[in-house]
Amino acid sequence: MTATSLHRQPLAETPFHPRTSALNRLHNWGAWAGYRTAGCYGDTVMEHTAIRNAASLYDITPMIKYRITGPDAAAYLDRLTVRNVSNLAEKAVHYTAWTDDAGQMMDDGTLFRLGPQDFRLCCQERHLPWLRDSAWGFDVVIADETESVAALALQGPTSAAVLRACGFDIDGLKPFRMAEFAFAETNLLISRTGFTGDLGYELWIPPAQALALWDHLMMQGAPFGLMPVGSDAVMLARTEAGFLTANLDFIPAQQALREDRSRSPLELGLGWMVDWNKGPFTGRRALLAERETGGRWALVGLDIPGNVSAEGAILYHRKTAEAGFITAACWSPTLKRNLALAQVQARHADCRDLWVEIYALRELQYVKLMLPVRATPRPFFAPERRRATPPPAF
Amino acid sequence: MPMPSCDVLVIGGGLNGLACATRLAQTGRKVTLVEAEPETGGATRALPDLAKGVKAPALAHLLWHLDPRVEKAMTLDRHGLAWAARDIATTVLSPLGPLTVTGAQTSGPDAMAWNRLYSRLTRMAERLEPFRRMAPPRLGGGNDWLALARHALGLRLLGAREFRDLLRLVLINAHDVATDELTDPRLRALLCFDATLGAWASPRNPNTLILWLDRLAGQVAGRKQSLSLPKGGLPALAAAMTAAARAAGVTIRTGARVARIDIAADRADGVTLQTGEMLSARIVVSAIGPKPTLLNLVGARHLDAGLVTRLRHQKARGATAKLHLALSAAPDFGTDLRARLLIAPDEQAVDLAFNPVKYGETPAAPVMELLLSSAFEPGHAPEGQHVLSANVQFAPHAPKDAFSAKTSLLAAAMAQLERAAPGIGALVTASDFLMPQDIEARFGMAGGSWHHGDLSVEQMLFLRPLPELSRYATPVAGLWLTGAGTHPGGLSGAAGWNAAEAIERAGA
Repeated sequence: MTATSLHRQPLAETPFHPRTSALNRLHNWGAWAGYRTAGCYGDTVMEHTAIRNAASLYDITPMIKYRITGPDAAAYLDRLTVRNVSNLAEKAVHYTAWTDDAGQMMDDGTLFRLGPQDFRLCCQERHLPWLRDSAWGFDVVIADETESVAALALQGPTSAAVLRACGFDIDGLKPFRMAEFAFAETNLLISRTGFTGDLGYELWIPPAQALALWDHLMMQGAPFGLMPVGSDAVMLARTEAGFLTANLDFIPAQQALREDRSRSPLELGLGWMVDWNKGPFTGRRALLAERETGGRWALVGLDIPGNVSAEGAILYHRKTAEAGFITAACWSPTLKRNLALAQVQARHADCRDLWVEIYALRELQYVKLMLPVRATPRPFFAPERRRATPPPAF
Repeated sequence: MPMPSCDVLVIGGGLNGLACATRLAQTGRKVTLVEAEPETGGATRALPDLAKGVKAPALAHLLWHLDPRVEKAMTLDRHGLAWAARDIATTVLSPLGPLTVTGAQTSGPDAMAWNRLYSRLTRMAERLEPFRRMAPPRLGGGNDWLALARHALGLRLLGAREFRDLLRLVLINAHDVATDELTDPRLRALLCFDATLGAWASPRNPNTLILWLDRLAGQVAGRKQSLSLPKGGLPALAAAMTAAARAAGVTIRTGARVARIDIAADRADGVTLQTGEMLSARIVVSAIGPKPTLLNLVGARHLDAGLVTRLRHQKARGATAKLHLALSAAPDFGTDLRARLLIAPDEQAVDLAFNPVKYGETPAAPVMELLLSSAFEPGHAPEGQHVLSANVQFAPHAPKDAFSAKTSLLAAAMAQLERAAPGIGALVTASDFLMPQDIEARFGMAGGSWHHGDLSVEQMLFLRPLPELSRYATPVAGLWLTGAGTHPGGLSGAAGWNAAEAIERAGA
């Protein structure tokens, strides 16, 4: 197999594949970063229900994982990303983003500080050339460890109970912190992180012990309603939480073909994470200029009347002038609200007199709806249990 | 933060640094110039100790361009600049016999054709010349539209036929023009040699004729296309410019090597010397080249990653080696030594000499430009003796094996000299040979490139050194670039003058 024929090969299997494939009744697979990943095991509604009412297991091995080590690792990441990495404590995680020189979003992701000079950066897209280029002048080593770390997301109100039942004492583990546990003669890393906005954890383990971990979790989790879930249910949950996804809610600048498609973190509502005082970082000068003059776009959360999801819909000011578009939408089973993430032109950031044009399919026939939208704060769904330490029993 | 010790701190005492410092001092700023070497002059400083009583220019040995604004405002004549020779002829050495060319004038079967070609290209070059004396136009706007319109109109006023001809020729390769228009291999060689002198290019590479047009756009002391040698050689020009800078109030510190440019709150506020001494300034202007300035003195962490990558990838490939010889007597080239001598028998020889360089190897028969400054006036070498400086083309900037490349190219160059002037080898009393990497080490020029980065079409005008740096400003407030790495390249002082103008216009 050569690099040029790689794209013709069947999708790679994650270390959990022997289990996930056996459980995937629908054989519903999708591609995620070159891996075969379950879209739905049997019933998305049930899987989403497990995320919000019990516990769910989602194979996140395909997530791109970079290991960044060396004496300059913190300085390097301070230069690469918009947040303050020097302030990130050991065994802590933060959500972050990085931009190109023009201050345009390349990706967002989570940064794990495993040690003083040891980090893991998890993200949606591949960035090795950019990470390597950015490393010039810094004493760091950057390795893609996507294939050498198997990972599971254990999410839902009973997820802490599942871990306790497995023998992992996570009572003291706060959100965005991590801890190591001995398991199957290796180190299991558990971080209190996730993509559902709920109480939840992510578990990181060498591929050789992946199946043992899966079996242990499924066995101990059964009484707590633990259920494997596919991407469809997870994407529904992330929309409820109001989280962004690269290539769905923004086009990574390095992939944008059209000059006006890229967005800055400020335009995506991520200005809160930009540390203006930490010193230079890539894109800082451009973002400073944008802060002065104002961006072109604003990311907003929307409440929409009715129960027809507004996916892909266009937003109009006074029902006539195009003012933006929906990037993610769902009728939320948890909140019983019709929610959406949208990009609107900056001058319409308050969403006053904005209307969404929805084509509702009703028995083979599309009906055009023009509905008023209302700005609503994100995250849409943020239950107390998400933050409570120790986590409640459920 | 102590009070700044000066308004402007200029790094690098080459001709552009001196010109820039002088203009900024003349407009009332307190300017300090720091030069790492014991002498100012950069590429034009004197080579120390080739042999007793032998004075050789360190790198540059002839002047094609001297910006008229610089010459006038610095009153260089009053600071000791005089000319040993103007309108220096070029003699192409060839098995057919030497052919001497002075501007448009030559002899032989192609005399008329050469005259017509030279005049035609000179007319074009003169219309391009004004672009040298301004900050490059910018696609993003913010241009001096009036000047641009004037210069563009000047081009159009060549007339439809000649304007069309210019468009045909501007990106063509020198070799095609030489073979289309000339039959005499010596003239073809001359055209091909001068179009690739100091470049990393074969005359068959596209975009080489424009480099010759750039040379033809030159003027020195009121004379156009006048290859000139100052009295005392190019080090004397450096001395005159240094004196002019001092007279304008510039404080010059030699032997002061900058370790880093100090940056606070994203603003350059001075430099730290290698001795640890800190010099503060409101504005720092660096003439030592975009790459060493930004990559070494500023450092990657103060710059965006994309810029650093583009700068690292910016082409800086010197392909010219420098040979200095002290000679115990006059060599016999079979021609008048008071000329620039070219060892390049025909256009193919120039092309063939470049081929191995593409693969990191050295040519067996390099083409060479020779100058015996001691033939023009006394004082360069003891009575009866001579000093020869040669540009040897082409040399690999990144040879596979640096030592053997240097040894073999030197041997090849000496063999070429021996063929052109039998017995010259026996006259050599001292020698100095610099490969591009030696030039980089001695002069700080990235890749050993004379222009601090290839002067090629894709790195010219608003692309020089990179689009975002093309107006002499850098992303670091208060830090400016000048020198050969910026538009229009070269050591005419134009880049220094333009940069100073940009700083003034910015109100800095």
